[in-house]
Amino acid sequence: MSNDGSFAPVVAGSALGAGAPAPVSPRNVAHRGGDPNQSVEPMRQQFGAAVRRVDVVWGETTVVIDPARVHDVIRWLHDDTSQRYDYLSDVTAVEFRDLEQPIEVVWHLRSLPYRRFLRVKAQIDRGAALEVPSVWDIYKGADWLERECYDMFGIRFVGHPDLRRLLMWEQYNEGFPLRKDFPLRGRFSRSEQLRQALAANPEARYSKDELSIADAFEDLPADMRRRLTTGERTGE
Amino acid sequence: MGLSPRPDPRFVETSSNEPWITTKLDAFVNWGRKNSLWPMPFGTACCAIEFMATAASKYDLARFGMERQAFSPRQADLLICAGRVPFKLAPVLRRIWQQMPQPKWCISMGACASTGGMFDNYAVVQGIDSIIPVDVYVPGCPPRPEGLLYGIIMLQKKVANEHSGDKSLRNEMEPDPDTQLYIPPSVIDEVSEPFGNSIHQTRSGL
Repeated sequence: MSNDGSFAPVVAGSALGAGAPAPVSPRNVAHRGGDPNQSVEPMRQQFGAAVRRVDVVWGETTVVIDPARVHDVIRWLHDDTSQRYDYLSDVTAVEFRDLEQPIEVVWHLRSLPYRRFLRVKAQIDRGAALEVPSVWDIYKGADWLERECYDMFGIRFVGHPDLRRLLMWEQYNEGFPLRKDFPLRGRFSRSEQLRQALAANPEARYSKDELSIADAFEDLPADMRRRLTTGERTGE
Repeated sequence: MGLSPRPDPRFVETSSNEPWITTKLDAFVNWGRKNSLWPMPFGTACCAIEFMATAASKYDLARFGMERQAFSPRQADLLICAGRVPFKLAPVLRRIWQQMPQPKWCISMGACASTGGMFDNYAVVQGIDSIIPVDVYVPGCPPRPEGLLYGIIMLQKKVANEHSGDKSLRNEMEPDPDTQLYIPPSVIDEVSEPFGNSIHQTRSGL
């Protein structure tokens, strides 16, 4: 609060510099239309036709890009000094009830220094292989996001180091639950689902890398090391 | 049957300073068991919040001999399954039940644990009684602490009426070695139909 009573927010840590406008809560935002994100124009110059469509919905920019260029675009958004999208907040997918519509894979990117939000989409045509490049080498946080997306939609993220199911157990073989052709109660009977679930070893679904002791793995007693590597039951 | 808190005619003074008592062994053992049930909360969802409320000072589980909550199944008498159990957790719940020593009992707390509740979907077990035997079902979504206490008192009455001569009470139910199921698959399919479970609540009596 300055002396004359007007509100002067403290702007710290911004790449916009001292003259940056204060962040404001958007008011009277149109449902569709409006100015796209400032990253869109440089992206068009950089990638040309790979940027297929730009939508502005409720003031948020959605860029639909060529699935083959996903990794390049996101790498550029992350590395370019005038973009600096340093936070990947979500990776997910959308399947529409209309079977003609392609499946969309969605990346939610946020640039903390420039205070920008960008939604990147790649549309995978029906009949094409459900594959998109992994961005794990750009954002380590993409690891579990991509695994969950694979678990629920069956989209393969090429380049992911450990693409296993995340929410369902690894032996789960009924399909991908969030796909539109997946019945709500699953494909198998309840007794068969229960039989398969009870046959799973509760410990075996964790790789040793996931256990918190992984760093100290070499220091563990030999028999514990053996049990962890074989996924054998422990604690009996 | 149980011991009365009031002076009891069975309590007789034989000599000037040595009181003694006669009772049935069952009544004495059951009295001890029902008033020192050590619960192990298996809380997976919002029912666990109501369980915490039940254990806190206002409703105070300690009044029923549950002062000590066991967070290890090896020192527990009573498994309170509070919340929905997804299929991924089914082998874990089964393992915990098998780790509990006899005598042991189980309360299925809430609609989800008892029937799957509103989660009639691919991921949720339609009633934990298809994994482990259940003694008392507490309805509610989630049940209020009074509801859980009512269920616990029902269980105490059940414990008070056990007969030590009945060896089958302490038998571990061995699942079918091929399917790992206690109950025939056809029965599981039947009670897992929508609304099927709500009209089959006595099934773990087998």
